[in-house]
Amino acid sequence: MKKLKNLVKSKNNAWLTYAVVVIAYVIMASLRASGNLSSKMSGMLVPICAYVAMALALNLTVGIIGELSLGHAGFMSIGAFAGTSLIVIMQYNGVASPTVRLVVGMIFAAVVTAVCGFLIGIPVLRLRGDYLAIVTLAFAEIIKSLFANMYLGIDETGLHFSIVEKKFELTETGRIIIEGAMGIRSITKISTFLAGFILVMICLIVIFNLMQSRTGRAIMAIRDNRIAAESIGIPVFKYKITAFTISAAMAGAAGCLFGNNYSSLVASKFNIDTSILILVFVVLGGQGNMLGSIIAATALTVLPEALRSFADYRMLVYAIVLIVVMLTTNNPQLKALVSNFKEKFSKKKEGESAGGLANE
Amino acid sequence: MSFLNYLVSGLSLGSIYAIIALGYTMVYGIAKMLNFAHGDVIMVGGYICFFAVQRFGFPPIVGVIVAMALCTCLGIIIERLAYKPLRSAPSLAVLITAIGVSYFLQNSAQLLWTSNPKVFASVVGDGTIQMGDLVVSHVTIVTIIVCIVIMLVLTAFVSKTKMGKAMRAVSEDKGAAQLMGIDVNTTISVTFAIGSGLAAIAGVLLCSAYPTLMPTTGSMPGIKAFTAAVFGGIGSIPGAFLGGLLLGIIENLAKAYISTQLSDAIVFGVLIVVLLVKPAGLLGKAVREKV
Repeated sequence: MKKLKNLVKSKNNAWLTYAVVVIAYVIMASLRASGNLSSKMSGMLVPICAYVAMALALNLTVGIIGELSLGHAGFMSIGAFAGTSLIVIMQYNGVASPTVRLVVGMIFAAVVTAVCGFLIGIPVLRLRGDYLAIVTLAFAEIIKSLFANMYLGIDETGLHFSIVEKKFELTETGRIIIEGAMGIRSITKISTFLAGFILVMICLIVIFNLMQSRTGRAIMAIRDNRIAAESIGIPVFKYKITAFTISAAMAGAAGCLFGNNYSSLVASKFNIDTSILILVFVVLGGQGNMLGSIIAATALTVLPEALRSFADYRMLVYAIVLIVVMLTTNNPQLKALVSNFKEKFSKKKEGESAGGLANE
Repeated sequence: MSFLNYLVSGLSLGSIYAIIALGYTMVYGIAKMLNFAHGDVIMVGGYICFFAVQRFGFPPIVGVIVAMALCTCLGIIIERLAYKPLRSAPSLAVLITAIGVSYFLQNSAQLLWTSNPKVFASVVGDGTIQMGDLVVSHVTIVTIIVCIVIMLVLTAFVSKTKMGKAMRAVSEDKGAAQLMGIDVNTTISVTFAIGSGLAAIAGVLLCSAYPTLMPTTGSMPGIKAFTAAVFGGIGSIPGAFLGGLLLGIIENLAKAYISTQLSDAIVFGVLIVVLLVKPAGLLGKAVREKV
């Protein structure tokens, strides 16, 4: 019975999560439409959506598959560069509608990243624990230095590509797309809050449906006890790589959204710090808890901005908040203290209501 | 430059990685945690030595000792405040806390000492020695010697002394070690202290070889050294030594003969290949799973 209850609860959780996201979107969109949102805040809407989608993608890997990935910024990078390049090419070839460009770009980014995720997943998922984590980190670093040394240009004669050094010359009307360490420049900012909202919703629908499906249950069984799962005939590798590929695809789409929100895009943005930032969202929000990831990603993206008035001290405050939150949520003594406090509080309430009854 | 020159400078860089990796690997072996703040302790060590020598005019050797002493204290304090309360927590929580500590150190350094790079004067001077074709700087020689000495002393410490025995016991089975009367908490603290002391030495050597000092100086060498520790088999002291040296040599040779920009990619590529062939690193023990 308890199990069944849990199942119902997780469904409720899904609806709750959808509701929170929709309500948040409606509030922010109407605030912006009525001009009540500061320009700083409305500029942060798209990055928040991109980070939320990244956190959801990583939560699929960390919370559902149960493997630590320190390289999700790498997938974000692949998505950002692949998607933005295609968008620039479309623009060069005269695709006028920004919506079409963005949608096609994001789908392309997701597909390319899914393929890369699958290929990277084959070696990565054979390892376990910290070794797996360090290999994902290694892949992300490799991706970063490849993009930082890549040259891609387009002119009438077609696409030109070289690595390490720029080995091609473009005609007058040509356009350089990726220029080594300087990345992609003069991007038309076409990412919209609506696109971000839709991306987040799609990620949520995919993840919740995956969790309810046969595949999802198999994946969680592997997470909880790999050996037991293997012994009842669950093909561990197949299920893991399915989820890993989906996670990569989401990260890629998020990367494309993120990339098209700024006028320039450099490979060094997607370094280990970004991977860790997203991991922090997931762990603070709770592994496997999608709503938690959404809230943590939003709060921690807004927090450094909200702390702007502290100027120099803001990152220090951020670090202290991080440490204190981890200590209070994970230390047994502090946890006991908090729950003791809660108990006392609820007992007091109960006592009051009981007293009330007696008086009557 | 000849091949031999590249090899020697690779060895020197590798020695620095090896000293940092020793700190990572010891902490991992005993506390089973990835101490992401280790790279930033290196940076703090560099700054302390810089101020001791260049501001207060102490002789370099005193600077190094002061840096070691303060970093050892710093390591113990970090362990007490941030990691000890999380002894029974899931490893991811500890990892995030370590990241928090790393941010904390970097940003404190930025506030205290600003982000302007400081020019670090080498603690052993700028001299070079010429042997035929080979030109070696004093720093390179000192680095390699220091690394070998540390390696020997540490191996002797772990295999011969009582504390070393306790460390090995704790790394094998914490519960059983406690039952045998080993003070697990003290052992872990000592490990952190040694790791942080080594980080200070690494910081001084790193800044002597590459004389710019910034609050982010430690992060990339930290990650590389962590890679080196995994490369050699995390938890194994000779593994960290071997991994560090190989990583330094591969990086330098890749820079010299393949491509400067892609050297990092090549280093990490080699790591991936090694881990695919030997999933527990070069000298790591494959742990058999019990059902």
